Amino acid sequence: MTEELDLTAQDSDAGSEEVVLTPAELIEKLEQAWMNEKFAPDLLESKPEIIECVMEQLDHMEENLKRAKKGDLKVSIHRMEMERIRYVLSSYLRCRLMKIEKFFPHILEKEKTRHEGDPSSLSPEEFAFAKEYMTNTETYLKNVALKHMPPNLQKVDLLRSVPKPDLDSYVFLRVKERQENILVEPETDEQRDYVIDLEEGSQHLIRYKTIAPLVASGAVQLI
Amino acid sequence: MFCEKALELVRELHRASEGQLPAFNEDGLRQVLEEMKALYEQNQSDVNEAKSGGRSDLIPTIKFRHCSLLRNRRCAVAYLYDRLLRIRALRWEYGSVLPNALRFHMSAEEMEWFNHYKKSLAIYMRSLGGDEGLDITQDMKPPKSLYIEVRCLKDYGEFEVDDGTSVLLKKNSQHFLPRWKCEQLIRQGILEHVLS
Repeated sequence: MTEELDLTAQDSDAGSEEVVLTPAELIEKLEQAWMNEKFAPDLLESKPEIIECVMEQLDHMEENLKRAKKGDLKVSIHRMEMERIRYVLSSYLRCRLMKIEKFFPHILEKEKTRHEGDPSSLSPEEFAFAKEYMTNTETYLKNVALKHMPPNLQKVDLLRSVPKPDLDSYVFLRVKERQENILVEPETDEQRDYVIDLEEGSQHLIRYKTIAPLVASGAVQLI
Repeated sequence: MFCEKALELVRELHRASEGQLPAFNEDGLRQVLEEMKALYEQNQSDVNEAKSGGRSDLIPTIKFRHCSLLRNRRCAVAYLYDRLLRIRALRWEYGSVLPNALRFHMSAEEMEWFNHYKKSLAIYMRSLGGDEGLDITQDMKPPKSLYIEVRCLKDYGEFEVDDGTSVLLKKNSQHFLPRWKCEQLIRQGILEHVLS
């Protein structure tokens, strides 16, 4: 069962490089994406390639197991592995959906104002889901309450009423690639901003906003 | 005092613990909307008086009524939105078909919202690849064991297990079977996972 999978990564200058991953590396990438998504307060970049490859991988494993000898011990162990992978994938997707539902006006606004080349935080299917969720909720509120209210109060600005993700919340992280001169902004007026270096392998508790780009680039891993 | 009814709606939900859905307070909502209508009409006439009759002493009252209107709206929308969040949680807890007791607590519009949400979610899950997509409402907990204890809820007949042996699934019989074999049947309601 050691097949290699093609993972096509999109480069920001519109080239596409093919990165060939072993199944073990793919699962590791899935687990990293899962942990990052769990601990980040904001919705992270969507990773459709990982999802597609993992689903393919699960299909391959299922196929192989069907052909395997019945009662073979390997079957049980691989089944267990499949269930674990399915759990991680489901948990990852659930986490994303929950954030999409929680912050839907802000996420949709961000998508609307996104520049052509910038990566999206939503897959096309998630985008459709988010739009439907918004329409569904807006229509409901309008029909049940808002349209029965005085004319000057019938519009509710969802961007103002629905809370935004708290980017100042603290997260734990482990440094994968050494970073220098990270600017840490002051929290209170008495503090001044200061600069830190992040050593490879070190662990920190830091405000999410400070290191958000490093999570996206893979330089740090949230734990 | 103004906004009493609106506050009552909010308190009603605040008292209900997480996951609980009290009956839809149609009457309460109607009263809030009526109060809003009354406040607005009083303000309309006062605004006209203030403008034409030069009664600028009415302005504080107008402002006060406007604040009450905003508060009423905020409470009403919060009540409705919080209920939607609870109803959303029901889809994840109970699945597509809700128990009757809960359905009676929902208004017709809430039911409609729920149906749209269900459909949206189903479309999303199906799009996840493979033959039927991925049902992410399953696998809510990390798998702990390969084999699970199940009880049979309906007569099913012979069921073949891995090494060729088969089990007779008769109503109320209990078996210790591989988890992956049972998943499909559990979802169909033929088997029930027994948690000891």
